[in-house]
Amino acid sequence: MAKKKQVEVDLNSDWGYSPAPESKGHIKIKPQYDQFIGGKFVKPSNGKYFDTINPANNEKLSSIALGSAKDVDKAVRAARKAYSEVWSKLSGKERGKYIFRIARLIQERAREFSVIESLDGGKTIRESRDVDVPLAANHFFYYAGWADKLEYAFPNKKPTSLGVAGQIIPWNFPLLMAAWKIAPALAAGNTVVLKPAETTSLTALKLAELIKDSGLPDGVVNIVTGFGDTGAAIVNHPDVNKVAFTGSTGVGKIIQRAIAGTNKKCTLELGGKAANIIFEDAPINQAVEGIVNGIYFNQGHVCCAGSRLFVQESVYEEVIRKLKHRMNTLIVGDPMDKNTDIGAINSKEQLDTINKYIKIGQQEGAEFYQPACKLPKKGNWCPPTLFTNVSQSSRITQEEIFGPVLAVQTFRTVDEVIAKANNTPYGLSAGIWTDKGSKIFNMTTKMRAGVVWANTYNKFDPTSPFGGYKESGFGREGGLQGLSAYLNLN
Amino acid sequence: MAKTVTKKNVKVLENGNGVAKTNRLSVLKTYKIYIGGKFPRTESGRYYELKDSSGNLLANMCLSSRKDYRNAVVAARGAFGPWADRAAFNRGQILYRIGEMLEGRRAQFVDELMQVGSSKLSAEQEVDLSVDRLIYYAGWCDKYTQIFSSVNPVASAHFNFSVPEPTGVVAAIASESTGVLGLVSVIAPVIAGGNSIIALASETKALCAVSFAEVINSSDVPGGVVNIITGKEDELYKHMSTHMDVNSFIYAGSNAEHFKTIQVNAADTVKRVLDYSKVEWTSEKGQSPYYISDHQETKTTWHPIENIGGSSSKY
Repeated sequence: MAKKKQVEVDLNSDWGYSPAPESKGHIKIKPQYDQFIGGKFVKPSNGKYFDTINPANNEKLSSIALGSAKDVDKAVRAARKAYSEVWSKLSGKERGKYIFRIARLIQERAREFSVIESLDGGKTIRESRDVDVPLAANHFFYYAGWADKLEYAFPNKKPTSLGVAGQIIPWNFPLLMAAWKIAPALAAGNTVVLKPAETTSLTALKLAELIKDSGLPDGVVNIVTGFGDTGAAIVNHPDVNKVAFTGSTGVGKIIQRAIAGTNKKCTLELGGKAANIIFEDAPINQAVEGIVNGIYFNQGHVCCAGSRLFVQESVYEEVIRKLKHRMNTLIVGDPMDKNTDIGAINSKEQLDTINKYIKIGQQEGAEFYQPACKLPKKGNWCPPTLFTNVSQSSRITQEEIFGPVLAVQTFRTVDEVIAKANNTPYGLSAGIWTDKGSKIFNMTTKMRAGVVWANTYNKFDPTSPFGGYKESGFGREGGLQGLSAYLNLN
Repeated sequence: MAKTVTKKNVKVLENGNGVAKTNRLSVLKTYKIYIGGKFPRTESGRYYELKDSSGNLLANMCLSSRKDYRNAVVAARGAFGPWADRAAFNRGQILYRIGEMLEGRRAQFVDELMQVGSSKLSAEQEVDLSVDRLIYYAGWCDKYTQIFSSVNPVASAHFNFSVPEPTGVVAAIASESTGVLGLVSVIAPVIAGGNSIIALASETKALCAVSFAEVINSSDVPGGVVNIITGKEDELYKHMSTHMDVNSFIYAGSNAEHFKTIQVNAADTVKRVLDYSKVEWTSEKGQSPYYISDHQETKTTWHPIENIGGSSSKY
């Protein structure tokens, strides 16, 4: 068969989009934010603040209190007091009503939260508006309803709350991760000390304002801000009953070691290096969209990103051709523009890490592809990146990059791809693309991973448990299963 | 040396002074360890003496080494996949078979427990409870999945469900205070859930741990699913908890310092660590489907639902 000439759209012709920026006019960001402890905004005990910047232009947005171990102690005391005097005495029904209020208040202020999330974190407004903020509100709404129904969740057990939960969250989904942590903790009857990541504290502090508005009793939720040592102070505080952490596997291991010998309950949601597997009978155009969504969603700052692509040999050329074509159409740039597909890399440090891995991939001999896209002059940017001809042992295949970098391998048989896909210390997620139902269920059961998307990718829901196998951590967030992390089952 | 002989279906304990009740010289058992469905002695060639209350030698037990443990992990890893793939109903039948085999050798186990210090009554109770516990978990094999699964009503057009799947290779330090019950109580829920296991038996009551391995071996349990080694917790707990290819760790011993070290070591590969040190295995709290779910991972699967046409389910 004669090869048909592929016609591609010349993107430098008149296919450009007019700018469609989201307005920032109604957003109020104070020049300085304090910590939320015991229902009040409290200045840091050392008097120090650090800058939070907009990664899309590296301009300062605000100053954030630099929390110390002393502030953490204050927050834990406030949480303990609230737990023993108020929250543990309240009925599940009343707890639930407070949590419902929080959900509603987030919905009311959704636009404001989306804009701040995109300004502070660099993610596209489309994602913060359509994914992060609505899911955060829904998460509160979902767990609110559990508060007076806990006995139904665990047959033959009497669930009781743990006490004070110390929670540390990452910078990739700042408000959503705060919701994933706070909502089930409160529903189960615990009080909370939460630390957002240092580059993305703003929406957590906005959430604190909203929680104050909700009338939640003082000290039930406390938010301290700062860097790793502030987080360590939470983990190591003797009066914390439970540690919940989302972040890198490296830090997760440090936390697991740190709480050895204590009775602290722990859940860890750590890194990933997910296999996204395309079979020859897959709907290829949909699969290509799935590949793009899998690895370039949120600039690849996703622990469950489909960063290892496996394509069956017989469709390899077609998939890569279409993928490159699709990549050429992705718009990298201003996160506030509604047309933008890939926003700003969250921080200079993260951009350095990604660039380091891109260099490693090239040194290792993989074939490198980036579309020629215009990047803004200021800010942290990385075009969507593709490596083909990578090997199983290559570092860009083995290590989590946390950026828009895809490593592609091929396979011939089902057994081969199962072995390759599972050949990683991680086990958070996987993607399967095929038109055959029986093959889907064979593959989904063979993947050693906590979340498997079949003919879709990167979908989340409050009712759907999320979490990993192996070194991707333990415990689940979301759904009925997510409650057990915050309960003693007697 | 004390030993048992079977005479007209009645087991008689010989006394240590060689005053035999028959004229026949009995055949003594060499107590081995159980790895990959085989009964080797320890590769180290080392042994420790197990004595009765009068100080008579009962057996030269294997003083298992780090290498024995590593061999057992290799066997357990190889056995895990096929075992997890067995039908739940089949696993249930096999666990039931273990119970049957143990029931058939009840007298031997009672006898061995008495040799290591149990009263007749408590030995009988322990063996009976062990059999019943195996039957209990045999029944759970094809039921816990339903208890711990969910269909999740996500807001988008997807069919979304969560099921438990076995964690993988589990290492266990069994309780020191019982010979067989503590061992059964950690092994049964782990293998009922489709995992494979390497268990370090009670050091001082190890006689019937080895006999329990023989029971396992005659119950259609595939080699490598259950591995039992004997030896000293002191020597092995660090190696056991640092092994990279173990997914989960049960500690049913009683040394808080050991447990802390195990927790620290486990972090190297994010092993799940279960503290069973306070569990009373003789009580009702010694069995529960939650011991199965302790070694399960929740897998959530998403699949799109194509919405063709506009008809509703109520048509």
